[in-house]
Amino acid sequence: MNLADPEMTAIMAVIGAAAATYGLRLGGLLLSERLPQNGGFRRFMEALPGTILLSLVAPGILAAGTWGAVAAASTALCTWKTRNVFLSMIIGVAIVAAARRLGW
Amino acid sequence: MQVAVERPARSLRETAAVQLRRGFIANLPVAASVAAYGSVLGVLAAQKGIGWLMLLMMNLSIFAGSAQFVMVDMWVAPLPVVEIVIAVMIINMRYLLIGASLQPLFRGKPLGHKMGMMHLVADENWAVTMAAHRSGTATTAFLFGGGLCVLSAWCAGTMLGHRLGAVVQNPEAFALDFAFVAVFTALTVSLWRGREDVLPWLVAAVVAIGVEKLLPGKWYILAGGMAGALVPVFRRTGRKPRGENSNELG
Repeated sequence: MNLADPEMTAIMAVIGAAAATYGLRLGGLLLSERLPQNGGFRRFMEALPGTILLSLVAPGILAAGTWGAVAAASTALCTWKTRNVFLSMIIGVAIVAAARRLGW
Repeated sequence: MQVAVERPARSLRETAAVQLRRGFIANLPVAASVAAYGSVLGVLAAQKGIGWLMLLMMNLSIFAGSAQFVMVDMWVAPLPVVEIVIAVMIINMRYLLIGASLQPLFRGKPLGHKMGMMHLVADENWAVTMAAHRSGTATTAFLFGGGLCVLSAWCAGTMLGHRLGAVVQNPEAFALDFAFVAVFTALTVSLWRGREDVLPWLVAAVVAIGVEKLLPGKWYILAGGMAGALVPVFRRTGRKPRGENSNELG
């Protein structure tokens, strides 16, 4: 096995990601009786999905400039009103595409 | 991701095959948005030079939307394998909670059954199953049928997007590079729980932006996410607790 082979590295990344994900899925079920059902740990785990995704995206919004921020805000507002992730995404992308086309 | 609430109200005494079919059908509305969102991933993957077979392998073995988006985003040679796996783990940490929440559904089932059924648990079919569970009609076969539905849509969407992505010459003109930010902005908003999230989210955003400037790699995701999620741990009183927490704060 040649670790420098790009194909091999890619397969390793996929296998690693798959094992981690499956481990968490099954682990959560098997550990369910041992995981604290309340208290600080549960509050932490309940808040985590939102804060993780926000952390993922916040620097990207900042880097996308003024129109990126406008597009992100429109996307957020649309999701808030319609709960439709796909429509919201289209709106954000369309705003950035239009701004670039018009050279803003 | 989008959460559709289906409330099948039929007899519990259905065969596993009927339950599986019912789970599949109940997930069709969310599957439409999964396919659409998958097509964006397909386009991005094609732009990064990821082959369709590799993408299909990711779909079947990882089967987690947000994590696959992040993987594709980090897909720059030489591949940072360790960083990718850690990032996927952080993003999928929620599956620990999702898995734990399915415990009542799996009560009394053998380990082999649990191992076989848990792979196809995504946010969408989990949410649909939990809604059905509240009205007492969900089984593990219902969950699995939903998983098959979401997986089919995910594969169909990503493969279609991958074909399109190979044709589109300059993705920047169509702002496809911004699709990632837009998708995650929408997904983030769909996770908003209410006023209790204001401070955690503010902390998460500030820490993530700060760490992104200071440290190389993707550590800002972990730093921001953990810093934000720690806020409610130290805030013990003053807010109305939600759901299952309602008896712990008094």
